[in-house]
Amino acid sequence: MSLTNQHVIQRLQENFGDSLSGFEEPYGFLTFIAPKELNLKVLQFLYDDQELRFQFLTDITAVHYPDRKGEELAVVYHLHNLVDNIRLRFKVFTNIETPDVYSATALYASANWMERETYDFFGVNFVGHPDLRRILNVDEMDYFPMRKEYPMEDQTRIDKDDEMFGRGGHYDYGNINDDQGNTIPESEQGKDTYPV
Amino acid sequence: MNLAEQQKHHVRLPDGSIEKTTTTLNLGPTHPATHGVFQNILELDGERIVSAEQTVGYIHRAFEKIAERRPLYQITPLTDRLNYCSSPINNMGWHLTCEKLLGVQTPKRVDYLRIIIMELARISDHLICNSVIGVDTGAFTGFLYVMQYRELIYEIYEEVCGSRLTTNIGRIGGFERDFNDIAFRKLEKFLKEYPAVLKEFENLFARNRIFMERTMGAGPISAERALNYGFTGPNLRAAGVDYDVRVHTPYSSYEDFDFNIPVGKTGDVYDRFLVRNQEMWESLKLIEAAYRKVQDMKGTAADVYHADVPEYYLPAKKDVYTKMEALIYHFKIIMGEIDMPAGEVYHAVEGGNGELGFYLISDGGRAPFRLHFRRPCFIYYQAFSELTKGSMLSDAIIVMSSLNLIAGEMDA
Repeated sequence: MSLTNQHVIQRLQENFGDSLSGFEEPYGFLTFIAPKELNLKVLQFLYDDQELRFQFLTDITAVHYPDRKGEELAVVYHLHNLVDNIRLRFKVFTNIETPDVYSATALYASANWMERETYDFFGVNFVGHPDLRRILNVDEMDYFPMRKEYPMEDQTRIDKDDEMFGRGGHYDYGNINDDQGNTIPESEQGKDTYPV
Repeated sequence: MNLAEQQKHHVRLPDGSIEKTTTTLNLGPTHPATHGVFQNILELDGERIVSAEQTVGYIHRAFEKIAERRPLYQITPLTDRLNYCSSPINNMGWHLTCEKLLGVQTPKRVDYLRIIIMELARISDHLICNSVIGVDTGAFTGFLYVMQYRELIYEIYEEVCGSRLTTNIGRIGGFERDFNDIAFRKLEKFLKEYPAVLKEFENLFARNRIFMERTMGAGPISAERALNYGFTGPNLRAAGVDYDVRVHTPYSSYEDFDFNIPVGKTGDVYDRFLVRNQEMWESLKLIEAAYRKVQDMKGTAADVYHADVPEYYLPAKKDVYTKMEALIYHFKIIMGEIDMPAGEVYHAVEGGNGELGFYLISDGGRAPFRLHFRRPCFIYYQAFSELTKGSMLSDAIIVMSSLNLIAGEMDA
């Protein structure tokens, strides 16, 4: 009998109890959330278990959720069991002030560059990574460009507010607003008004 | 350098040497084989590579960041420019991801036409890769000889969508226009003439003593290491693992077709060459079968080239110019005023060089909240230092070309 999502959930809950949460299956893809301290333990368990055998790391990336205070950054792992052909995704959330997450390089060689890329764009500090440097951007860069506070467009433009994209402009990227929601002209913007 | 240090760095110094005699060599970024961006800092003991360190190159154009501010259709042109040797596959992969998110079902004829286009793209991708391995081993003939058939493939694209390299060929739900007669005639010409050419191309290299000596045993990787390094596509299959997204997670009705997954044994450059060659035969089989199915369709099914989803599918240009409804839909779709459900989607397709994954998070806005792209090239290049360690300098070039690295995709 081939492995099912339900069985994977059951095995995970047997091993990690209530510490794993948010089990979902969007479009049939098993997804859950793990505490960031447990990311390596979960990976190791999924790798070693004779039944689960999630031994192929498809992808590591991160997502910035500016609204989730205290857990702004999510590191997302995509794993694949090639034998039973079943995929799985899990996320660990971390505080943006101290974005320390254990590195998976000891388990997967492929994690090395994926983590460097994630560090480069989101500033996730992978603890235990052998060579955590920028990879796609120049070394001199001192910010993490994929975070939501760095917009693509000119910040003084008001025709490119997030409202145009169905988001109500509340992430403060696109343009700088005062408390009443009025746009602050460029000349009056201090550097510290930019969200950090 | 003392003896312990020599052993640590796997360097053998001539007797009587008192200091470091390894050479540091920059292979690239201006070497013809490094696409003008990759830099490999090699530490050489004579001509033998002691260690290698690679830099991806800074041509990053913020694909993912730009995508966060663009409605779905405006992201298509960005995907064309990833692996530009097989841009239709990127296009289709992107539209399949959107269709998954939006819940769009495509008709069978669309699926088969997509298979024809994707397999043509795979052939043109493999064709370039394999002939470039030839060039890098000193055989230019094959490269020149096969080029006219890549041209023919480009002409088919041109008939279907009007452009050749950065194709923008798909739409959500299907194609912008139906394949015309010229496209089908060119496809028939390709199917008729290409097998003989491929056979000849294969004969030119596969049993060529010089080519075999150069490529056999160069840059080998075991199945276990390849999996650990995240290899997919021909590079993984050359190491002996029969993983193919088209078979394991079928999309676009690949399950309706019968084809083989060629695998190699040693995972060296020669095996990668052979796997790609055999895959071209399989692609030809697929194109023929899909084309037959398309021809066999009767009645209304024979004219369908897109799903009936006016809220997502861009109306035809002639309607936009003449009908108010079409103009309104066109405007709404292009400006992204369509409802995009919130959700998370990962969709993978078998790209020219491996598993090409799109990870799309939608928060219900008009642009993706986050789009991440699993780029196979980026993952292969990491293994370059392990693949070349201990080999000769000249092997580094063919290892690089056999991995099929495309700068546009690596540094998305």
